[in-house]
Amino acid sequence: MKILLRGVTRKFGSQTVLDAVDFEVGFAHTLALIGPSGGGKSTLLRLLAGLDSPDAGEILVNGEPLPQDEESLRRHRSRTGIVFQAYNLFPHLSALGNVMLPLTAVHGLDASTARDRAMDVLKRFHLAEHTAKQPGQLSGGQRQRVAIARALAVDPAFLLLDEPTSALDPEMTAEVLDVIAELRESGKPIILVTHEMGFARRSADRVAFIAQGGVLECASAEEFFDNPSKPVLKQFLERILKY
Amino acid sequence: MKAGFFLDRPASPARPAAKILTVCILLLVYSGLCWMAFSHSLKNWEQVWNYRVTFLNGWAATIGISAAALLLSTAIGALTALARRSAFLPLRYTAVAYVETVRGLPLVVLVLFGFYGIANAIGWNDRVSVGIVLLSLFSGAYIAEIIRGGIESVGRSQWDSARAIGLTTTQTYRFVIFPQVLRQILPPVAGQFSSLIKDSSLLYIIGIPELTFAANQINSATYSTFESFVPLGICYLVLTLPVSLWTKYLESQVRYET
Repeated sequence: MKILLRGVTRKFGSQTVLDAVDFEVGFAHTLALIGPSGGGKSTLLRLLAGLDSPDAGEILVNGEPLPQDEESLRRHRSRTGIVFQAYNLFPHLSALGNVMLPLTAVHGLDASTARDRAMDVLKRFHLAEHTAKQPGQLSGGQRQRVAIARALAVDPAFLLLDEPTSALDPEMTAEVLDVIAELRESGKPIILVTHEMGFARRSADRVAFIAQGGVLECASAEEFFDNPSKPVLKQFLERILKY
Repeated sequence: MKAGFFLDRPASPARPAAKILTVCILLLVYSGLCWMAFSHSLKNWEQVWNYRVTFLNGWAATIGISAAALLLSTAIGALTALARRSAFLPLRYTAVAYVETVRGLPLVVLVLFGFYGIANAIGWNDRVSVGIVLLSLFSGAYIAEIIRGGIESVGRSQWDSARAIGLTTTQTYRFVIFPQVLRQILPPVAGQFSSLIKDSSLLYIIGIPELTFAANQINSATYSTFESFVPLGICYLVLTLPVSLWTKYLESQVRYET
């Protein structure tokens, strides 16, 4: 998968979160975005998701520029699997209903085909006995697995995960990271914003450091963690890996 | 019987027997007190009984007016709530002006002005339909606020999630927002229905033959104040208590995490 950013700027009021970012990266399976809070990781992910548009510049995914108008952006989103940090399920629908909704409402599948496909994905994530439960009856880890199942069930071109484990305790974090690691086998490219450095190191092909409104470093996981070139990244890693 | 038998505390809850016994004792005591105070004035049942048809007709009218006003005020409330969220300023401000004006006025003022002022001026003389419309305009302002609150209680993250899976705005309202809003607002709307039933009693001032009007009429005809107004109170309670219990039940149903 290839991502290309040309002069991408995104401002919120007077705050420039991404400042004329030029960035190009190719990776086989997983790209991890790390960096301090407020550095622009999530903003970049939302731009790639088509949930937000840059104020200037353009973004190309696999050579295709992201569209500008809302209708094309909506189609782009429907073909992209997006998982948020927390609370991204619909609380009034069961786990099964959550996975089925995009299949029936957006992708035009009839109810029985959608049900079969949703059940398949939920089984794959060991959620078979929880399909009838509403999100309120599921643990945080189960909810996040349902969210990943919902994103994956539509057979997206790639998956975007925005801090998928930040709201979870360590045990549930492990449970969700297992699922994400398992996705590697499915061959779907993943772009992941995370604070789990160990996971980024083990699972990511490329790791990008996003801070101060730009991509300051991008390298293979090994090089990134063992031999960081920029002082600001060294500092960040030292601080974050201290405990 | 231990000391503290009638005490109910979170740490040491009362036994069910204590609750039942309390209710029985209180019923006995309070009805006894009422009997001693009012028994001499509750003698004229026969004369009042002759007017039972008037009374039942009034009761039926109250139920009919309340039900019609509930439907109309829900429609008014829903449209007003959407208008209040509209991007088009004249529409939004019209909704705000309507809601704030009505909520700032006593129902009596609205009924008197609406009937003797506006309805008379435009030659609309059917009291019952004017009454239903005025009651609906009154209640609609409150329902609009309930619905607006319901829509606003659905978090931003739900809109984000809906957009993320590729739903259109219309689909988002249909599949994500409205089902959640409906569950949120059912209890307060049911409560509003109870208020509507009680508020409909004020329509007697413009001469609509509903329950309160009927009771008042029977009182004037028979000079039996208590015998006319005690059944009046009971008839309202028969309507409002089930609604209130239903509201409590609905409240227990909507508790899911968001």
